Amino acid sequence: MKKFFARLNYTKSFNVLKKGFWLENQVAIAVLGICSSLAITNKVENAIAMGLGVTFVTMASSAFIALIRNFIPSQVRMVTYMVIISTFTIVVQMFLKAYFPALANQLGAYVGLIITNCIVMGRAEAYAVKNPARYALVDAFASGMGYMIVLIAASTIREVLAFGTFLNMPVMGEDWVPWTIMALAPGGFFIISLFVWFIRDRQQFDESK
Amino acid sequence: MNLIELFIASILNHNIALVYILGMCPLIAISTNVKNATGMGIAVVLVTGLTAVINWPVYEFLKTTGTEDLALLVFMITIATTVQFLEILIEKYLPAIYSSFGIYLPLITVNCIVLAVSLFFVNRDYSFAETAVYGFGSGFGWMIAIILLAAIREKMFIRSDLPKGLMGKGIAFILLGIIALAFIGFTGIANVTA
Repeated sequence: MKKFFARLNYTKSFNVLKKGFWLENQVAIAVLGICSSLAITNKVENAIAMGLGVTFVTMASSAFIALIRNFIPSQVRMVTYMVIISTFTIVVQMFLKAYFPALANQLGAYVGLIITNCIVMGRAEAYAVKNPARYALVDAFASGMGYMIVLIAASTIREVLAFGTFLNMPVMGEDWVPWTIMALAPGGFFIISLFVWFIRDRQQFDESK
Repeated sequence: MNLIELFIASILNHNIALVYILGMCPLIAISTNVKNATGMGIAVVLVTGLTAVINWPVYEFLKTTGTEDLALLVFMITIATTVQFLEILIEKYLPAIYSSFGIYLPLITVNCIVLAVSLFFVNRDYSFAETAVYGFGSGFGWMIAIILLAAIREKMFIRSDLPKGLMGKGIAFILLGIIALAFIGFTGIANVTA
């Protein structure tokens, strides 16, 4: 077992995963995809839906771009990414509308805004155009999951404090006084800043370097 | 509905940056000094307003053909084209402004507020005039937010002694949170829907 883990450290996929989850966590270290992570983290179910949506779009578009990377002329690559990403976002939007209409309603325009989530574009530009589809897929998965973990953690704190519930189940008892501010924009800013601080502090990350 | 009310609402109590929390990536990345922030702000006002005005008739056309589901894709293409076109025009006729905009103009393509304004007018059934006012107003509200943040960060960079993990982008979130808290004070002064 120990040998297995020791060998794991040398595989490319494992290192790509580790980078995406922790070392280059998209939210805390790269500070990308912030709009959605602040705006929809007032409910845990929203966070899960958004996290899965972004992970799916990132994986699908990264893999697709990696497959056709040799045919994309570099002058029009941005527009090419946009068209590919838009297509997959429409897939997510229609899926949510068809199977989870209530959730789609709550997320509103933010599902469409997955297109302009910098994580998707960032992975395409930074990784997928230079690497084979296999690793692009792993990289996209790791980035998406790293984003989703921060989202779920932040939304857990916010939902419990703002509504006294977790996944819509009451957890704080009858006489809980809700912290309304946690459901609004400032609550999101404060909680995300705490995560940025925590993760950067653990990693001894210094922005000025 | 009243256009002046809509304009005020889009800047203050429905501020697209501080209440809807959109356009955060450039807001945090470019707010290190006031000069750059102003440049980016002006570019955003221009692009947000123009693309909203262009996307409105495009969406009407999509409705007549029954292909609203493709709206996202079409909006993105309009936005990318408008930005590209604007860049060429400004480079040709206003070279001085072009050099001060620098890289900000192409960056706007991936600024979520441009797309968000287009999605909001669809959701709220705005008329053409309302769309135009809301587009420019939102851009202006975003510009106010980035200039406020940049002014504070510029001073903080020189004077304050922060923990390492909070330095730079970490503290920007806390500042934005406090500014957003102040903007909650405007709640209810104007409506965005009739």
